[in-house]
Parts: sequence; structure tokens; C-alpha cells
Amino acid sequence: MIALERITKYFHRGSINEVLALENVSLKVRRGDFITIIGSNGAGKSTLLSCLAGSHPLDEGRITIDDKDVTSWPEYRRAGVISRVFQNPLMGTCASLTIEQNLSLAARRGQSHGLGLGVRQRDRELFREKLCQLGLELEDRLKDSVGLLSGGQRQALTMLMATMVRPKVLLLDEHTAALDPKIAHQILVLTRRVVEVQDLTTLMVTHNMKQALQMGNRLVMMHRGRIILDVDGEEKSRLKVEDLIERFYTARGEEFSQDRMLLV
Amino acid sequence: MTWYAFFGALEQGFAYGLMVLGVYLTFRVLDFPDLTVDGSLPLGAAVSAVAITNGVPPYLSLLLALAAGFVAGMVTGILNTKFKILHLLASILTMIALYSINIRIMGRPNMTLLGKNTILDPLYNLGLSPSVAAPILFGFVSILTVIFLIWFLHTGFGLAMLATGDNKQMITSQGVNTHRVIIFGVGLSNALVALSGAMICQNQGAADVNMGVGTIVAGLASVIIGETVFSGRSVTRAVVAGLAGSIVYRLAIALALGLKLGRFSFTPSDLNLITAILVVAALTLPQVRERFRIR
Repeated sequence: MIALERITKYFHRGSINEVLALENVSLKVRRGDFITIIGSNGAGKSTLLSCLAGSHPLDEGRITIDDKDVTSWPEYRRAGVISRVFQNPLMGTCASLTIEQNLSLAARRGQSHGLGLGVRQRDRELFREKLCQLGLELEDRLKDSVGLLSGGQRQALTMLMATMVRPKVLLLDEHTAALDPKIAHQILVLTRRVVEVQDLTTLMVTHNMKQALQMGNRLVMMHRGRIILDVDGEEKSRLKVEDLIERFYTARGEEFSQDRMLLV
Repeated sequence: MTWYAFFGALEQGFAYGLMVLGVYLTFRVLDFPDLTVDGSLPLGAAVSAVAITNGVPPYLSLLLALAAGFVAGMVTGILNTKFKILHLLASILTMIALYSINIRIMGRPNMTLLGKNTILDPLYNLGLSPSVAAPILFGFVSILTVIFLIWFLHTGFGLAMLATGDNKQMITSQGVNTHRVIIFGVGLSNALVALSGAMICQNQGAADVNMGVGTIVAGLASVIIGETVFSGRSVTRAVVAGLAGSIVYRLAIALALGLKLGRFSFTPSDLNLITAILVVAALTLPQVRERFRIR
């Protein structure tokens, strides 16, 4: 359904700060896949999601969604089929707008924002119903500005907005990493439920190996801009944290030995 | 203050009020400091004056000014978004280019409308005196514009514009092309500024290439004064505060110019100093209020 074909991404290409963030990465995501992506800092996890969302142009490779080549689509155009939740809970919502105004923007994701009234009365009922499901008592605060909410509440709202219109792909970029444990857990529960109810294809980046094993049907491990492990189904459910650590060190070890070969 | 000075300040406040609403749109809604206005105000005046001199009905000339201002703003927006020039610099480039263009349009640096029809004629024909007719007409136009802006900022597109000024990443993720929003928004802003220029030119009976100098300062001063005096969170209040700020600003200047302390009095050349003091006062007043509340 989504295919990343041999994508390569450099940052600061041609300067002394050049970083090869993604190297020849290929990944085929099937419809309904819930992939958790792990890897150390700088492994390229977030860059992978950003490239998919269209925030960065690719240096090489192509991306297709449902056999449509979207490589040249700008970010706002891809937003019609891809929705995204960021690590920073302030990034997914507009602080100066009210809850209902934020939701109404999300309800029109991928459509034109015309000159009709932004928030209509019938929208409000839908919003209230959706907010009720969050269980954060936001349903009576439609006219409060989002800047008044806590980080956790804002992230929950972002989740709601990302799935207001069912996306073809949901990208979660360490979306619970900046939250306190209690609300982080709530957001994960919410994530699991939304993904199941809407039968979403999901890519979730996380630093937490336990989380990566508990959630989803497929696990991808990245290191130095490459995918070093891709397991799914039965095989994934048998994986343990120790296995992941071992796989990680094996991958790193190979690299070390290659480095040594270069030195010798 | 005399009634004459009061009506004069009201008239100026309303006429420049459109410009202030334009500045509010870029400065506050889009978070886009736009200096194009120093060029688009005389642009509106020049287009309107040339059109009237060539026999175009005065009211139609306002539409031409509106369109010209819109194009000028779009140029700034395109320089910023498509050519990736910093907003401030992009607007300065358009502003200085407009200086030359305005002289080209008029064929000379200034132009009088002596003996020509103006938008105020229909009111004079009703028997209204000039000092009453102008505030009524400009008040009518600026209140209509306030209503238009309040409506516009509550539409889906208006919300997208508010979001663009607040959180570009968020609104891009909702599928909105922020470039298009910025180009349109800066265009709309300068359209209002040019309309303001056209009305001012018809009121004073002349267009001058230098009449735009300091527009942005007056605009920002009015926006800030409006926010301080009529502070409020909602967009509706903010738009009304913009127009109200423009009137308060002109009244304050009229008051200062009429002030006599013994042998001392202000002259029109002190205007910039007065403006600076007013803005500093408006910016510090909320802090002073805050301090007294705590104690």
C-alpha cells in the first residue's frame, strides 16, 4: 500500500556538517499494518516519518501510496492522506484558537477551507461526542482556547484531530515521549483504540522497547540510517527486550568490525 | 479640544482605520511584519487620483485602488514564500519599488484633484458640511470593513489564516497550503491600506508620493493602543480594537497638538516623538496595571 523505495536523505549536503540520515531505505507497508519503529538517537526514525509526510524532499528514491507516486507532492498535499502526531504536544494544535476551531480545521483536513462558517452548529455536536470519548472533560470547553490546556490534554486533542478524518496512514513520532507517565499511558490506550476502531495503517516511532513489543503487529529497528531488523506477526510476538538489545549490539558490532577492517 | 479638531481626528481615525485593519491582518493575524504599507498607501492614492483625472467615477476608482493594493501585497507574499526572502526584507523591497512605481503611475511626484469629483460629492449634495460629511462616509466604510473582517476571520479560510500565523506546522499537517494563505492575506491587507490611501487622497484633494512615510508606525501604534485600551482575546474584539485604536491614536495626537503649557506647545514636527511616547505608554500600561493588581 505504501512503498518507500530506496530512499536516501542527506542533511547539510555538501557542507562539512553533512549527515547521511537515511541510506537506501526500502520499506513496504501493507494495509492495516501497525509498525513500531525503534532505534538509537540519530538512527533516522523521525527523518523516515518526516520524509513520508513530505516535510523534507528526498535526495534519492521514491514514495508511492496506493500505487500513486507522491514523491513530488508537497507536505500539505500529502496531508490529505497522511496525518501526523508530533513529539512536541504544542506542535499539533493552535494555542490561540479555541478547541472547536482547532477541531473544525481538522474536520476539513485535505479539503478546501472555503468561505463557509468555520464552526457550524452541527459540527459542535460531533465535536462534543468525540471529546467525550477522550474522557478528559473537554466536551464542555469547546470555546476555551487551546493555550489553556495542559500538554497531555493538547496531545490527546492532537490524536483526535489526526483521526477526525480517517487518514490512509497515521504517523506517530514519539507522541508520548514528552508527557508524564500517567497521561502517556492514557494516550497509548487511546492510540490503540483509535487504530483498532478505524482499522488504521500506522507507523509509530518510540524509544521504549517494551512499548514497541507490546503495540502493533510489526517491528522495525533502525540504525545509522538503515533498517537492520524488520519482523512481523508470529515472529514479533515471540520477541523479547533482550532479543532486541542483542540484535542491536550485533548490528553495531558488525559496524565496529568493519571499521576495524578499514583501520587495518 | 474644539469640535472642529474632534471631528477632524474622528475623520482621520476612520480613514486611516482601514489601514490599521490591514496592519492588524499582517502583524497580528499572520505574524508577518509588513512594511509594504508605506508604499501601498500612496499607491492607492495615486491609482485613485489618476483614475479620477481620467474620468473614472470616484467610487469606481476605489475599487481600482483596492485591486492595485492587493497586487502589491501579493508581490510581497510571493517574494517571501516562493523566493524565500525574509518577510521584513521582502516587504521593504516592495515598498521601495512602489516609490518608483507610484511616480510612474502619476507621471510626477504629486497630483491634485482640484475641481474634480470625489467620493464626498454625493454627501455634499445632501447639504452636509465637509467637516461632518467625511467622518460619516469614512466611518461607514470602516465599520463595513470591520464587519467584513469579523465574518472573514470566522470562515473556514479565515481560521486557516489565523492558524497560519500561529502554527505553520499544524496547519500544513491539516492540508493547507500556507504559501497561498500568506500571499492572499498580505494581498488583502494591502488592498485595505490602498483603499485607505485612496480615501485620504480624495479627502485632502491631492496624492503625494511621500504621503506613505510612517504609515507602518502609525498602523502599529494604533494596533497596540487598541489592544491595550480594548484588550480581549476574541478575534471579534481584536478587530474592533484595531479601528478603535486608530481613533484613539488620532484623538491623542489632536489633543497633544492642541496642548499649551505656558509658552510651550507641540508642532506637527513633534508628531513622531508623540507617536513614540504613545506606543511606549501603550506597551507599558499593561505591566503597570499588573503590578498594581499584585500589591
